[in-house]
Amino acid sequence: MRELEYLRPTDAAEAVAAVTGHPGARFLAGGTNLVDHLRLGVATPELLVDVRRLPLDQVEEVETPDGPGLRIGANVRNSDLAADRRVRSLFPAVSRALLSGASGQIRHQATTAGNLLQRTRCVYFQDVTTPCNKREPGTGCSAIGGYDRYNAILGASEECVTVHPSDLAVGLAAVDATVVVLGPHGERRLPLTDLHRLPDDRPDEDTTLHHGDLITAVELTASPMVRASTYYKARDRASYAFALVSVGAALELAEDGTVADVRIAWGGVAHKPWRARRAEDALRGRPLTEDAVRAAAEEELADADASAGAAYKVPMVRNATAMVLTRLAREATR
Amino acid sequence: MDAEITLTLDGERRTVTVDTRTTLLDAMRERLGVISPKKGCDHGQCGACTVLLDGRRHLTCLALAVSYDGAEVVTASGLAGDDLHPVQQAFLDHDGYQCGYCTPGQVCSAVGVLDEVRQGHPSHVTEDLDTDPELTDDEVRERMSGNLCRCGAYAGILAAVHQAAQETAGHSA
Repeated sequence: MRELEYLRPTDAAEAVAAVTGHPGARFLAGGTNLVDHLRLGVATPELLVDVRRLPLDQVEEVETPDGPGLRIGANVRNSDLAADRRVRSLFPAVSRALLSGASGQIRHQATTAGNLLQRTRCVYFQDVTTPCNKREPGTGCSAIGGYDRYNAILGASEECVTVHPSDLAVGLAAVDATVVVLGPHGERRLPLTDLHRLPDDRPDEDTTLHHGDLITAVELTASPMVRASTYYKARDRASYAFALVSVGAALELAEDGTVADVRIAWGGVAHKPWRARRAEDALRGRPLTEDAVRAAAEEELADADASAGAAYKVPMVRNATAMVLTRLAREATR
Repeated sequence: MDAEITLTLDGERRTVTVDTRTTLLDAMRERLGVISPKKGCDHGQCGACTVLLDGRRHLTCLALAVSYDGAEVVTASGLAGDDLHPVQQAFLDHDGYQCGYCTPGQVCSAVGVLDEVRQGHPSHVTEDLDTDPELTDDEVRERMSGNLCRCGAYAGILAAVHQAAQETAGHSA
């Protein structure tokens, strides 16, 4: 590990200024990902700006631009957020997504914003002896033609085929969360689905944030639909493993049983949480049947490009989506 | 870069100067002589370095010591008073260890689990998020899944956590 300067600012603006003013600076929050990367040599910052103790650690009831909701401070621990009674009852997909991620110890340490900004678990990204365009642009992608079981099936590029590892991000995409960012020029808000980016020719840039931008909060707007939301994760072990694929979904049925509105987000399939908007459009106004969901998922997956090792993800995400939405429909009509 | 930090470590105030790259685990083991938390994978995957940090179970291999200046840390060796902690006694009663290397982390994690259940925190296997979870076998297994035992003492650990839950019912950690 290279030598590290360390700074603990007392407010968010000071933190933003400190990172903005130093190209080799990085924010440190829970550290569950960054400290590992320091040790592996994947991250080589010169200055750590520790934001862990900034007072951004409350879940507050607020009026969002779209109605009553919750403002989740960037430093709220994953365990606290998952256990929050309001999150459990109003946004179950968020609680379920958090509870399916990592271990109890890590959830006490990891933060809301840090979870969203964690980096890929691609084995080649984490192994500094192998080429990786995300870690070192221009060196190539070892996952193409390599160990490909965890590769993306949607939205990948010739530069990078990895997936985003966050469960929380997928749960938040399914409930249309908004991210609040403080940058050197002030505060701005963006949809969670615009935070992460597809690799294109710049896989080293995970997000649309600029150097020095600090996520200060995530906002959620309550609605009957997101109250009927959930999250399902398929993985190699029963616990404590990253998703092979995952599905966050929210459903609102009309009185005649047709789909009034639906939101579907997929994890483990792309470089970002994947909102399946084509599938959502295909389902609106139709009766919610298992066959209809499968057909809608097929439409979304029309452009899927899976390497041999990851081909299983195509039927897996389709079947998981059918299972999740039919379950939500059963609960809605119970 | 060096930094001076102070910890309350198993009830004792300890001050030490560490390089900013030092993890909390290495600061305890290499600098402060507290070797109860074990270094297993050193990547947050095995749970052997688990302690109770400001009252909650926490990995120390993924924590930079400088970031935790002022923290209160209780390790497995700091849990006992004149008598063993009920979780420690239960591990003994049910032979919840084989080689024992993972045991300090398992014990700290179990203490944390019981406290989390008492507070009504749900887990991945909790069916109804609107109710407080019951400590079933599935709940114990899921909640202890961040602590790996390569020998396979899980059956004893499962029994031990249930016994400790009975004995500590109504008390906090």
